[in-house]
Amino acid sequence: MPENRYSATAIALHWLMALLLIGLFAVGLYMSDLSLSPQKLKIYSWHKWAGVTAFLLVLLRLVWRIGHPSPPLPAAMPGWQKTAAHGLHHLLYLLMIAIPLSGWLMSSAKGFQTVYFGVLPLPDLVEKDKALGELLESLHSGLNYGFAGLIIVHVGAALKHHLVDRDDVLSRMLPFRVRNIPSQRATSKP
Amino acid sequence: MTHLPLVLGALLLIAAGSAGAAEYNQFQPAQSTLSFVSKQMGVPIDGRFRRFAASLSFDPARPTTASARLDLDLASIDAGSPEANDEVAGKAWFNVKLFPTATFVSSAVRPLGGERYELSGKLTIKGKSQDVTAPFTFRQNGRSGVFDGSFVLRRLDFAVGDGVWSDVGTVANEVQIKFHIVAAPAAERK
Repeated sequence: MPENRYSATAIALHWLMALLLIGLFAVGLYMSDLSLSPQKLKIYSWHKWAGVTAFLLVLLRLVWRIGHPSPPLPAAMPGWQKTAAHGLHHLLYLLMIAIPLSGWLMSSAKGFQTVYFGVLPLPDLVEKDKALGELLESLHSGLNYGFAGLIIVHVGAALKHHLVDRDDVLSRMLPFRVRNIPSQRATSKP
Repeated sequence: MTHLPLVLGALLLIAAGSAGAAEYNQFQPAQSTLSFVSKQMGVPIDGRFRRFAASLSFDPARPTTASARLDLDLASIDAGSPEANDEVAGKAWFNVKLFPTATFVSSAVRPLGGERYELSGKLTIKGKSQDVTAPFTFRQNGRSGVFDGSFVLRRLDFAVGDGVWSDVGTVANEVQIKFHIVAAPAAERK
């Protein structure tokens, strides 16, 4: 029986990143309003370390994806939906790269180097610059809200596939087997 | 009359001697800097004091007679970000309302060979005095004398950053102080 599933590695990376990115988003929202305290310095550092980790994971994921193409979308899917799905996935990848990069640059522009886990200093690609720092802060936050919006569409589409179309688009990315109740479309196969 | 060339020669020697052994005692605030590097969560943060006064006298021919005094305006600190500047003026850090000035008064200068020397003295911050020792170099730059040195200060020795901030895992106890003092020679006595 041909496996119309993502590879175990792709599934693991997808869900690991899902958890990490939701956590990063929530912590990012929370920390930006904190007044200065040792706790704030810790949370900022943790956020940066987690952000660097997410950046490394997305690179790993891209490399993996290039070597292991996604299983094909259901044949019954209308062409515009396939185009939209591919477009959305590209955008998500683009943002998963742009968001940590903007955070890293913002940190440098604000005069705080990123030191991964407090031991590995990342180079400052831009000089300390107040105006640039504020610009990158708006960019980092704007990209994040954009990403959050796209994630809602992404989750909504996955649920629509599972609950309305009753196809395997969601289940093939789940870490456990959830067989959709075979729909008419699926049983009508010869 | 026949001794005139000899007398002139002797006078010239004295003049040459005093030129070589100029005493540097005219502090040049615009060219001097007092900076420091603090570390938070393993990240080095550059800071500096914008206003400080120095009175000094240093004669490279007689370094052991040198003396220096530094008064720095703690409110003129740039600790790396506006948020940090507000914080360090407060009670837990410098408490600048009560202790607006930090003072260093030298007690001894020891030649270490070549252009290297060692400065010892008493540093007073926030009403607490500690003996400190700092190696420095002296170089002539045009007509000016340039003193460069650094030493490591433990902020908790002066109760700088106490209370919640005394956790040195977040903000390191060690702060590197770097001084770059430029002084012109004493006004020519002719």
